[in-house]
Formats: sequence, C-alpha cells, structure tokens
Amino acid sequence: MLNFLLSRLLTFIPTFIGVTLISFSFIRVLPGDPIIVMAGERGMSEERYAELRAQFGFDQPIFSQYWDYMTGVLQGDLGTSFVTKKPVFDEFFALFPATLELSLCAITLAILLGIPAGIIAAINRGKFFDRALMSSALVGYSMPIFWWALLMIIVFSGWLGWTPVSGRISLMFFFDDVTGFMLIDSLLSGQAGAFKSAASHLILPTIVLATIPLAVIARQTRSAMLEVLGEDYIRTARAKGLPPSRITYVHALRNALIPVITVIGLLVGTLLAGAILTETIFSWPGIGKWMVDSIYRRDYPVVQGGLMLIAVMVMVVNLTVDVLYGLINPKIRKS
Amino acid sequence: MNISRTVTAALLGATVIAGAASAKTLVYCSEGSPEGFDPALYTSGTTFDASSHPIYNRLVEFETGTTNVVPGLAESWEASEDGLEYTFNLRKGVKFHSNDAFTPTRDFNADDVIFSFERQWKADNPYNQVSGGTWEYFGGMSMPDLLKEIVKVDDYTVKFVLNRPEAPMVANLAMDFASILSAEYGDAMLAAGTPEQLNQAPIGTGPFTFVAYQKDAVIRYAANADYWKEASPLENLVFAITPDASVRYQKMKAGECHVMPYPNPADLEAMGADEDINLLQQEGLNVGYLAYNAQVAPFDNPKVRKALNMAIDKNAIIDVVFQGAGVVAKNPIPPTIWSYNEAIEDDSYDPEAAKAALEAEGVTDLSMKIWAMPVQRPYNPNARRMAELMQEDFSKIGVDVEVVSYEWGEYLSRSKELDRDGAVLLGWTGDNGDPDNFLAVLLGCDGVGKSNRAQWCNEEFDALIQKAKITSDMAERTKLYEEAQVVFKREAPWATIAHSTVFMPVRPEVEGYKVHPLGGHIFYGVDLSE
Repeated sequence: MLNFLLSRLLTFIPTFIGVTLISFSFIRVLPGDPIIVMAGERGMSEERYAELRAQFGFDQPIFSQYWDYMTGVLQGDLGTSFVTKKPVFDEFFALFPATLELSLCAITLAILLGIPAGIIAAINRGKFFDRALMSSALVGYSMPIFWWALLMIIVFSGWLGWTPVSGRISLMFFFDDVTGFMLIDSLLSGQAGAFKSAASHLILPTIVLATIPLAVIARQTRSAMLEVLGEDYIRTARAKGLPPSRITYVHALRNALIPVITVIGLLVGTLLAGAILTETIFSWPGIGKWMVDSIYRRDYPVVQGGLMLIAVMVMVVNLTVDVLYGLINPKIRKS
Repeated sequence: MNISRTVTAALLGATVIAGAASAKTLVYCSEGSPEGFDPALYTSGTTFDASSHPIYNRLVEFETGTTNVVPGLAESWEASEDGLEYTFNLRKGVKFHSNDAFTPTRDFNADDVIFSFERQWKADNPYNQVSGGTWEYFGGMSMPDLLKEIVKVDDYTVKFVLNRPEAPMVANLAMDFASILSAEYGDAMLAAGTPEQLNQAPIGTGPFTFVAYQKDAVIRYAANADYWKEASPLENLVFAITPDASVRYQKMKAGECHVMPYPNPADLEAMGADEDINLLQQEGLNVGYLAYNAQVAPFDNPKVRKALNMAIDKNAIIDVVFQGAGVVAKNPIPPTIWSYNEAIEDDSYDPEAAKAALEAEGVTDLSMKIWAMPVQRPYNPNARRMAELMQEDFSKIGVDVEVVSYEWGEYLSRSKELDRDGAVLLGWTGDNGDPDNFLAVLLGCDGVGKSNRAQWCNEEFDALIQKAKITSDMAERTKLYEEAQVVFKREAPWATIAHSTVFMPVRPEVEGYKVHPLGGHIFYGVDLSE
C-alpha cells in the first residue's frame, strides 16, 4: 500500500508543473490587455501605460515572468490581485470554505439519493420504477441550472416562504469566522437560531447543486449494477441460494461501486472548480464567481493562482479516489 | 469577538429582517463586492458606494440628487483671479471615526488634506506604493500634470496651486478619489507595520462608520454619532451582496432588503405594478454614441455623417435595446448636466432624405463596418442588437454594413487607431457633472488617437472648449459649451444615440432616498418609516 501511495504521489510533481504552466499561459493566451481593461473607456496615457506594465512585470520576457511566478509559488506567494490589491492566497482561502461546504453538502445529498436510486432502478430493470427514476435523472441532468435555481427561489422562497432567498445566514447573525464553515461557526457562536438559519440557507443551493451529480450517480450506479448482476459469480451466488438482498448489497454493489467512485471523484473536482451559476444566483461567497470575475477583468494573479489551487485540490481528490479503489479492490493496489 | 462588534451584532440581531423598530437598519442589496475601502485606489461605482459615500467626506461634495457642488469638509473656497490658486477654508471640530486599532487624538485639519492627495501624487510618500496603488482616477483626471503644489497655509486653510487654469478643478475635488483620509491613522498604521489597513479597516469622517466586511457576502456599517452634520436617522446600514438582479428582486419582495440597484429591464413592468415597491427613476449621466472615423473617406465629409445619422431610427433602438429605459440623445452631454443646449434640434429620422443626401455627395454603394462592444454598459445594454438595428436602417439607404466585435480590451485599444476601419459604438458615464468631462475628453483635439474615438479635431469646437476650461465665470462657460454643442451638431462626428434611464426600486417604508445623477447610491439622509 505504501508503494502504491508513493507512486501516486510521484505523479504529482509533473502534473503540478504542467498545471502551473497551463494556468500561467492560459490567461495570457486570451486576447485582452489587463491594463487596458482596467482603464476602461477612460483610457490612459502611454507613459502611464508603460509605468503600469513595469509595475506588474509585463515588460519582462515571458520566461522570466514564469520564473518569478514559480519562485513565488514555491515560497507560498501566489501574487497579489490586480483588482483588490490583496494576496491571492488569502482571498482564495477566505472564500474556499464556502464552496467546500456547499460542495460537500451537495455531493453527500447526491450520493445518498443517487446510489439507492441507481440500485432500485437496476433491480427493477424495465419496470415502472426504473423508467420513472431514469427519466427523472435525465431531466435533472438536462436542467439549465440558472432556470432551475430561479424556479426553486420563486416557489420555495417567494410563494411558500419556506426558505431564505439567498446568502449563507440571516443578516441578524453576526460573528467572526472560525472555520469558515457556516454550519460549524454558527454552532460555535452560541447564538440562538444561528445554526438553524445557516442550515436553512443551505437547502436550496444544495438541492440545485446536487441535481446534476445526483442524476449522473444514479445512472452510473444503475448501469454498473446491471453489468455486475449479469456476471457469472452472481449467478453462482444465486444458485447457492444466497438471499437476494445479500447478493445485491454485498456481492454486486461492492464491485459496481468502482466506476461510481471514479465518477464521484470527478464530480467533486467539478464542484470544487466552481459551482459558478449556483454561487452567483444564491449570492454564495465562494470561489466560482471570484474566478469568473477575475477572468473578465484579466486579473492574471487570481486566475493563475486560483486555477493552480483548484487543480491541486482536484489532484488530492483523485489521489483519495485512487486510495479508495485500492481499499475496495486489492487487485488495483497490487498492480 | 470584540466588544464593539458584539454590541453592533446585538443591535443588528435585534432588527434587520424581523422588522423591529428599536434600531433602524436599512438593508441595501448591492450588486457586487467592493474591491477595497480606499476609494482613491479604485474606479468602480460598486467600490465607491461602499467606501466614499458612507465612510468619507471630501473638501467639496456633490449635493445628493444633483451635480451641484456644495461645501463639504471645506466651509468655503475662493479661486484667484488668474485661476491658478484655489484656497479652501476648512471646517473645524470634524471628528474621525475610531476602531480597535486607532483612536484619533485630534480633529480633522489641513494635514489630512495634504496626506490624502500626496499619497496619490508623490512617489516618495510612504503610502504611494501601498496596496499596489495605481491611483487611476487621480491620474485619469490629469491631477499630476495639473497640480503644482498643495500648501498648508495654517491648520484650517489649504491652498491648491495649479500649473494651468482649470475651471472644473472644484468639481474634480468632489470626486471619490479626493476623499479625505486621516493622516494620523496613516502614521499609526505605518508605525504598526500594517499600512494596508487604510484600505481594509477604513477610518473617515463620513456619516457611517465601518463595522465589518465578509467578502462577497455582507458589509456592515453603524451611524456615526459624532458626524459633523446631523447624524443619520438610520442606526445601521447593511449591504447584502447579491450579484443576480432577479434574486435581488425576489429579496425585495420577501422584505429581505429595502433598496436594490440595477433591476432587470424585463422586471420593470412588474415592479411598477408591485405595491411593495416604489420604482424611482432618473436620467443617467451618460451618453451612448456611434463615432465615425472622421479621418477616413467618405466619413471625413460632415454631410455624409449627417446623412447617415438621419437614417438611424433611434426610437426603435430605445424600444428594442433599452426596452424603454432610455431617452433619445441629441447632444453629446446628457440633459442633467448644466449647459445642455435645449434649443438644438435633433436630426430627423428620414431615410429618403438620407439617401438623397448621400447621393448628392456622390456616395453610392457604400459599405462600412459598425463595431459592437462585447460588454454591457448602462449607456448601451446590448451593443450587438443596436448594431444590427443600424445595419437594417442603413440597408434601407443602400449602405451595406458588416457588424464586427472584439474582446473588450482589444476593442478599446483598436478603436483608438487613427486609420480604424468603421464606426464604433461606445459611450461615457460622467465623473463630475462638468461638461468638460464629456466634451473635452471625448471630442477635444488632444483626445484624437485616444479617447476621441471619432478622431475628429475641429478648430472652432476646440477653441470653444479650451476657452471654457480656463473661464471661471459660470454664465460665460455655459455660453461657450452651448455654442460648442451647436458646432458638434453641425459637424456630426457622432450619431448620438441615447441616455439611459436609471431605475431604483425601493420599498415603501424607505423615506428620503434620492437617485443620484452621478450614479452613486447614497444612504445619508435616508430614513425608514415605522
């Protein structure tokens, strides 16, 4: 297992270098000069333009800019946002807990509902449940998030008044961040009703963000289960007279989970990379919207630093998935 | 959590959405996050709303709801005969705010004025490079070229000495970048090794004190009990950052906020009919235009430009592109600016006459490009659609139009080129309510190859605006600008398209809110009824 972990960790280094190269060059390949975008319609004199180019280091050759950037990265300095003039690292970690909290809630909901839905559909193949669940999954998968989120707000917040419209907690509550996770911080604050408020603010964005992963997980679980249920060893188990529930949940599910975990790993990466629309609509102060705004403003340090940090997170998630594989299937860790 | 924040939290907790009247809290659903809280470092209105308006004052200020300049931290001022010196008499007894790290030991005085400007101006000022200071507006308003020196005459008198006369100088000093910060706070933070706190934990003299900011979520302010004017009737002010306009509307309806900016044009009708919303409106201080390239044939001929202007159905553009939230522009400055020339008649929409005029100039089979901006702006919410409407209009007079667009940065730089192929859609939002800020910047000879996208340099026009720049008599300046607008209309370097209308939905319990023509959202003087 240790060798397996080490070999996976070693692949980190070239991937990390690749990620820094891509994140560094990606924003520079896009047309649009950040200084001109910053000046807008107002424009600026040529002297001022030259001065700012020098201040931001754009007058240096691209290799030297990359070298400076990497030297900073290795010392934990990702640069300073052109726009807010604050360190990228601080901005990222001020916002990241919000995205992580929402993503974890969404993926948990998607797993808790998606896997059972996939199993039920598989064991009722071709029957009403199967068709109903899979059609719902297709609808969920094809739902435009923007429309879906607004519909949820109009129905549950506007008409029924059950949930708050947006934000992370009611403005009535005001306390310092301890962990950045509102559910935990609201409990720590000791203010009556704060946890309930934080939880109620999570309901709609969680449902909206979970919709697509839920659909994907349900469909993936169904097809993996169907494949496994057709295998010889399942037939043997049946012939041995094992109870159907044991065959489904112990013999079939364990093997069917391998592709499902792969998909979940990829989905977590996608969620972390920014639930952009969900965050925008629910005024959720996470990294998705922060990144998109920065791309529009050509805020190079934020885009390259943010991309790199997200990529590292995704790499960590994928490593975790690999380790989970190893735990589920000994053949993988031995190969 | 410290004591002051706990007290404020308790105050806020007692009210906000619950609607209890013990502490009046106004919730403003703002459209975005401020970039910081030092207005001189930034240029966006969102940042000014959160910083310069609630927290700071300036020597002179724009009267809320107008572009009139009124006394602020200066009680009075006088200009020298030659227009090169402006002397400001400062107000006494003005207190700065305090926070956990700083308690002022003295009142506002001339040192604060000098500090606030020199940090933007002098490279050797210790604050010049703090927070990556690029001081865009200070530079953009040509202050480094304009200022010769700022002299402290005594503790309560400051003299600005200029290199050349500049009539809009006083209006410039009412702009956000000219907000007055505490020199004492600056020294204290420098000594503590945390100079960036000036931008993150702001101290000003304004009607509200800064309490806390959670990025992309909420900004909290409390009324400044020691304000030099009457204290705000609101006890707390909260900005709930809500980027999506539809969600802001839902929050207004749910009573989760009292005021919201930038409604969706599609929601305006429903808002107008909603009993829980008062829809305030005012013409914006902006102009959207189509600038021809006056250096390239046949657009170097004013008669050709004039003919094309007659082919544009501006009313259709107002209906389709602005969805009614705009008015047709006939002058290059909006009607809310003094010296707007009412007497000017707009080119009538007359495709037949336009076609005949083009033929009379020997222009047939003309094909041209129209540049459509890739971004939304108040003065042009959908440039692509606007360009398509013009394409259709021009096709009726036999002019073939190709609509082109570029990424915004590219668009801004390529549209400046002297040999640019095509007419460009662009616009301008005023900074200080002075006509010079439109006419000289956008149409002066100095701007050719830069902000003058028509590349149009007319001696008669330029002489008028240059004279107005150095004339301090208001009536005389007004006359000069009115004449300049006549020359502009005759020469037609642009097709003036529209001035947008600014809509502000507020809840019925909000009293005294005024739509500010300069675009800011200002809550001093606003109250909530019981």
